[in-house]
Amino acid sequence: MPKPDSLQGSLDLLVLKILSRRPRLHGYAIMTAIQGMSGEVLRAEEGSLYPALHRMEEAGWIRAQWVIKDTGRRARLYDLTAAGKKQLAAEESRWQSVTAAVNRVLRMA
Amino acid sequence: MSWWSRLANVFRGNRLSREIDEELQSHIEEALEQGRDPAEARRALGPALRLREESRDVRLIAWLDSLRADTVFGLRQLMKNKVTSAAAILSLALGIGACTSAFRLIDALLLRPLPVSEPEQLYGLARQGIGPEGKPATFDGWAYPAFRLMRAAVRDQAELIALSYSERTDLTYGSDAEMEKAFRQYVSGWMFDSFGLRPAAGRLFTESDDSRPGAHPYAVLSYDYWSSRFGRDPKVIGRTFRIGNDLYEIIGVGPERFTGTEPGTVIDIFIPTMMHPGAQRSDWTWMRTLARVNPGVPMEPLRAKLDATSRAFEEDRAKGFSGWSKQQVDEFLNHRLVLEPAAAGFSDLQTNYRTALAALGVLVALVLLIACANVANLMTAQAAARAREMALRVSIGAGRARLVQLVLVEGAWLAFLAAAIGGAFAWWSAPVVVSMINPPDNPARLFLPADWRVLGFGLVLTVAVMLLFGLAPALRASAVKPVSALKGGEDPHSRRRLMHALIAVQTAFCFLVLFVAGLFVATFERLSRHPTGFSPQGVVTLETVTLSPQPPALWDQVAEHLRRVPGVETVGLASSVLLGGWSWNNSISVNGAPPNGILAYLLQASPGWVEAMRIPMIDGRDFLPGDTYPGAAIVNKAFARTYFRGEYPVGKPFEVVFSGGKRLRFEVVGLVGDVTYRDIREPILPQAYFPFHSVDTEGALRPVGQGTFIVRTSSVNPMAMASILRREVPRARSEFRVSNIRTQTAIDQSHTVRERLLARLALFFGVVALLLSGVGLYGVLDYSVLQRRKEIGIRMAIGAQAGDIARGVTVDAFSMVLVGAVAGLALGFASARYIQTLLYQVKPTDPRMLALPALTILASAILAALPPVIRAVRIDPAKMLRAE
Repeated sequence: MPKPDSLQGSLDLLVLKILSRRPRLHGYAIMTAIQGMSGEVLRAEEGSLYPALHRMEEAGWIRAQWVIKDTGRRARLYDLTAAGKKQLAAEESRWQSVTAAVNRVLRMA
Repeated sequence: MSWWSRLANVFRGNRLSREIDEELQSHIEEALEQGRDPAEARRALGPALRLREESRDVRLIAWLDSLRADTVFGLRQLMKNKVTSAAAILSLALGIGACTSAFRLIDALLLRPLPVSEPEQLYGLARQGIGPEGKPATFDGWAYPAFRLMRAAVRDQAELIALSYSERTDLTYGSDAEMEKAFRQYVSGWMFDSFGLRPAAGRLFTESDDSRPGAHPYAVLSYDYWSSRFGRDPKVIGRTFRIGNDLYEIIGVGPERFTGTEPGTVIDIFIPTMMHPGAQRSDWTWMRTLARVNPGVPMEPLRAKLDATSRAFEEDRAKGFSGWSKQQVDEFLNHRLVLEPAAAGFSDLQTNYRTALAALGVLVALVLLIACANVANLMTAQAAARAREMALRVSIGAGRARLVQLVLVEGAWLAFLAAAIGGAFAWWSAPVVVSMINPPDNPARLFLPADWRVLGFGLVLTVAVMLLFGLAPALRASAVKPVSALKGGEDPHSRRRLMHALIAVQTAFCFLVLFVAGLFVATFERLSRHPTGFSPQGVVTLETVTLSPQPPALWDQVAEHLRRVPGVETVGLASSVLLGGWSWNNSISVNGAPPNGILAYLLQASPGWVEAMRIPMIDGRDFLPGDTYPGAAIVNKAFARTYFRGEYPVGKPFEVVFSGGKRLRFEVVGLVGDVTYRDIREPILPQAYFPFHSVDTEGALRPVGQGTFIVRTSSVNPMAMASILRREVPRARSEFRVSNIRTQTAIDQSHTVRERLLARLALFFGVVALLLSGVGLYGVLDYSVLQRRKEIGIRMAIGAQAGDIARGVTVDAFSMVLVGAVAGLALGFASARYIQTLLYQVKPTDPRMLALPALTILASAILAALPPVIRAVRIDPAKMLRAE
């Protein structure tokens, strides 16, 4: 069972991928989406999600927007930017090559 | 988001924090909606404060944010100790302001390149060698024919430019009644071209405007003169003005920033050199020579070529010398031509004030260093009081760098507030000092722009000052050990050692400033008390010119008219004033013998001049109305000593030997006391006075075009009579007009202007230095009493006497003062030789010159120590021990 730690480095990839499929999500929704799609295997540590979101926002990969929810409270929704799409492609291919390499090693060994 | 938004976020930090909190809050709510346990959800999210910090740091520029926080905190710290902060800021401001002011002056006078193309190619030509007084000297004056030869000789390597010494002259744009003064300079016609200058109006001279003597009556105005005199009226081109009997036509206006080549003087009118009456004279050195050396030309061969040309010219000329000994001729010919960089132009003001300004610059820099030492001590003391705060910061995770930043930012506040006030001080003070440089009737004019040079200097100075006083306390504060600080204090002596070392440094600098100030004040005092041999009180001198030379009888008539003006006691008439800067000398021959090589200084004066100047008449008689030149002579004691070997001179004849060999015979009719003739500083010169009225070879009286009425008034404030006297001269004879009016007192004082300036400024900064180091010593003693009050309480409780306590508190600091004073003494001796040329009859080794600063410092140290010592001996042991 992979520990949350093993997500290190891939959190960005997951967030970008989810946002590319389903635009306009808030932080909690992104977290649950990671959990749900991975079949409860992957869990983004809630504590590291927000600094990561803010960092990616700073880098210009995602943009945020405040909206008023039905409850009357404000929520911050995230969206992918053009730069984010490029970043996603880059991270995806990097992930593919890394996993392929790891698999090769596992096969040979 | 961009760098810009991160920068903006620094200054909306609160809102940013709120937004982050709000987002985290909404996360928790979502979790609750999903039915999660509130406590579990919060725990899963982690500590909100840390999340907020992490998010904040990515969304703004973290270092800038911490800097902002420290800036706000630093200001709050300063506001907490308003009085000490204000004192620190003011003393630094005075130091920074004075240094910036000194830099403005030095830059404007000595460093700033002329506003011409490639100023670094400019060199001034001068000759160095043994002067007529037998001392090494530098001469920058040239005769035009020599200039012409040198220009032709180096034509392929350099362009030479002739520039006359600027002078203030009378001129009129209308009638004679509307005479006014302007600074005139004769310049080579090709000067503007060579400098790459363009006219602001009309045209500038070209080489063809400067080819034949007397043939080019044209003038170019400076932009400054055009603005102030004509309000930039373009119609001024083509107007004419008259100087003496010459009419000049204005053909153009120079570019805006060009004010001539003499920093300190703003030229009003440029005239081609060919219009100078001495343009063809080989014996008249009336101009400087500037060389624009072509790029890549080696200097030494160029210099040698110029030297050889100049020497050939002078050798040719020396053949006609009479009355010179072989040695004098050799010394004259052996002068060596030198090329001195002249990118900043060259002027007498530069020569006279180079050392003086450098000395003042060093003095103000020392004052600034004293102020820095004070502030460093202040901050060290404050850091001690804040050791617990620092320790707390370290224990909750503040890095060393952050602590250094915290303390340095506080220092930056002090430095930049001080720089702002100091800038205002420099803005005000530099022009004030310039206005003190020359006598009021001939003020120095220096452009003091506040441009990037000055601002850059101020900025660098401020940062340097901040590091100087802030770095040590900052490093010390950051090195705090939380455990020992929280436990109640670390080794208190280490702090005091730094403070005591600074006291020694401060005292050394203070001693040096006071020592130099004492030398300057003594110099000024000796000079202004120096006997002149005549009495200047109540004397007004009226330099008078006539449209065309007038018969001597009319001059007498004007003098007679002035004698009848109420308030006038006596009136004399002379060719010039004593100490007025003008001199006339020649060789003397007694009994037909060859001249002894010593020059006599001469003056023409009317009957009554000796009385008007109150020069003591020792023997013989004053001139009579019938005496004429050549004929009768009055000589001074130095003259009798020099030429008659001290024998009784009255009744004896002598001859004046002119260059070319012409001799005129005089007979001594009177012997008078010695007076200063040319310069207050020099030894009394042998002088002879001749009658004002001259006769030519046919025996006819010569008409005279200019002279000076010496009017002795009974008034305490003779300048009050100036306007009356100025009016009365043309009333007596309408052809006569006063061109310059000065009191003899003002003329005398003009010889000590530099010394007065130095004495005043040095005294001012001496007092400031003394005050600052007094305050510094007080601060350190006060701090150490405060820190040691428990110890003092215990000592008193076990029977220490007040004397012991006082000694214990002050002994360290006073030994530091002693060390500092000795170091200051050494510095003073070492530096004295650099300012030797600024001193007069004052020896740095004079014990009185040393005693003064020593006693002053001792007195101020005692005064500064008194309050802390009193506080120490008044400590109540019972109370102090109970407080523990």
